[in-house]
Amino acid sequence: MLLNQFLLLGALLFAVGVYGVLARRNGVMVLMSIELMLNAVNLNLVAFGLQHDVVSGQVFALFIIAVAAAEVGVGLAIVLLLYRNRRSIAVDEFDLMKG
Amino acid sequence: MVAQNIAFGIIAGITVLAALGMVTTRNIVHAALFLVAVLGGLAANYVLLAAEFIATTQVLVYIGAVMVLFLFGIMLTRAPIGRIPQMTGASWPVAALSALALGGVTVYALIDRFGTDSLATDSTVFRTADVSDSVFSQYIVPFEAISVLLLAALIGAVVLARRD
Repeated sequence: MLLNQFLLLGALLFAVGVYGVLARRNGVMVLMSIELMLNAVNLNLVAFGLQHDVVSGQVFALFIIAVAAAEVGVGLAIVLLLYRNRRSIAVDEFDLMKG
Repeated sequence: MVAQNIAFGIIAGITVLAALGMVTTRNIVHAALFLVAVLGGLAANYVLLAAEFIATTQVLVYIGAVMVLFLFGIMLTRAPIGRIPQMTGASWPVAALSALALGGVTVYALIDRFGTDSLATDSTVFRTADVSDSVFSQYIVPFEAISVLLLAALIGAVVLARRD
């Protein structure tokens, strides 16, 4: 197996995640796309860990999984709060800071 | 080796197609199910990379816990079940252009740098015990920081979502 096949898969998934974050209107969908990007990074970490024969890649991947779980918890709480205040979670309607 | 490459091809194809389906579907529950397919494909990739503990954690934490959180979020924000016409904003061509540019540059850089380097086949297979040894010796301080972070996120989520 090539190292690059995993890295390229990670790069493709990251680009798809960037598109999702920028294009989607639904707040929950934006959070899902962020999860996609974090997972693409995890794949890179594990692949490089195997390539360089160190265990740190897997440890960092575990840390990222934990941080992503915390992130999605707080993110969904914020989305819920927005829904409660504005009756909508379309992210392009939150333009209060536009001059 | 050949069997692993065939397995990788199938898994990678499913993963990328499911990711594209996730960001293009008009049904938000379908998007969540596509995300399950992506996360499952990545767990299979971790098994190919001999990281079985990461694969198990991926299934337990992401497919088990995070997906339930997402479904709760979809349910509590009363997203319409079924097709939603306005799922992508008006700026989607710019978003697609940015994503294509980023993906193109990354793919070019990776091919330029790593080319056809083969994955190290003589590297040691790290068992779960090795991972835990590393977490609880070399990375003990980040591990404790993660514990505090999870506590802070828990309290923060409760404070934010509580109805007064």
